[in-house]
Amino acid sequence: MTIGLGHYLSVGAILFTLGILGIFLNRKNIIVILMSIELILLAVNINLVAFSTFLGDIVGQVFALLVLTVAAAEAAIGLAVLVVYFRNRGSIAVEDVNLMKG
Amino acid sequence: MILPALFFYLFAGVCVASAVMVIVSRNPVHSVLFLILAFVNASGLFILMGAEFLGMILIVVYVGAVAVLFLFVIMMLDVDFAQLREGFLEYLPFGLVIGAIFLAELLLVAGGWVINPDIAKSAISTIPANVSNTEALGLVLYTTYIHYFQIAGMVLLVAMIGAIVLTLRHKVSVKRQDINVQNARTPELAMSVRKVTSGQGLQDADAPEWVK
Repeated sequence: MTIGLGHYLSVGAILFTLGILGIFLNRKNIIVILMSIELILLAVNINLVAFSTFLGDIVGQVFALLVLTVAAAEAAIGLAVLVVYFRNRGSIAVEDVNLMKG
Repeated sequence: MILPALFFYLFAGVCVASAVMVIVSRNPVHSVLFLILAFVNASGLFILMGAEFLGMILIVVYVGAVAVLFLFVIMMLDVDFAQLREGFLEYLPFGLVIGAIFLAELLLVAGGWVINPDIAKSAISTIPANVSNTEALGLVLYTTYIHYFQIAGMVLLVAMIGAIVLTLRHKVSVKRQDINVQNARTPELAMSVRKVTSGQGLQDADAPEWVK
């Protein structure tokens, strides 16, 4: 019973799908949407590292490191925008975000 | 041979289960805690694959920084999360259909190919033998990919400045030191020397403009 590339790719695929499902299920709660995006990026990282180690090429891990950087920056900026939005509107419901509608 | 498989199924199972709990949990604080569990188990998967450095970085960055940031924000905002949960069941069938289609497509793609055995020859930079994973990563990250590394640093700098600029606010009620105003102050602006006649006192009409 050897664990191969396909096993890790399956885990990545399941996590990616769960992330997308989370965006659909929690349409009103933007905090959980941000967490779902983190899950999606984690799935992408698992894919990159799996290919990197099983094909013997270190570049995939370098790329995973860059994805990690962007994920951290995205979380910080997203939560800062969320805090500012809550300060202005007193609510974080996604449905109320229609100020630009005119 | 059985032990790596056992640990793979342990890590993968807990990771997927906690990912499910992240998206269905009623309380966002529980969601964050399950997100931490998912990331810890994903880091176990990384270590199992032989990418120890990334596994450790995952714990430091996600558990140490991102998840704590989420927790802070959730506890800082006074939000009625029960109200935000309305419509969960309404979206459930639609989301499940989309998710099932997506997963089936991904698994078909993943299961439908075989790797070309010659692919290892075309590797851009092969993992060197007899060095640790951290050293192997550093050997390419600080040489071939130094520009990408620096751009990643710039991205983090921009994110940090952006987050501070967005959330910093100046309260009017708080007195702050203003160096320019202090430097612009002269004796003429700050004080006036007056001769007071005995028995009459100081007349308000004689006062300079800034006293009134």
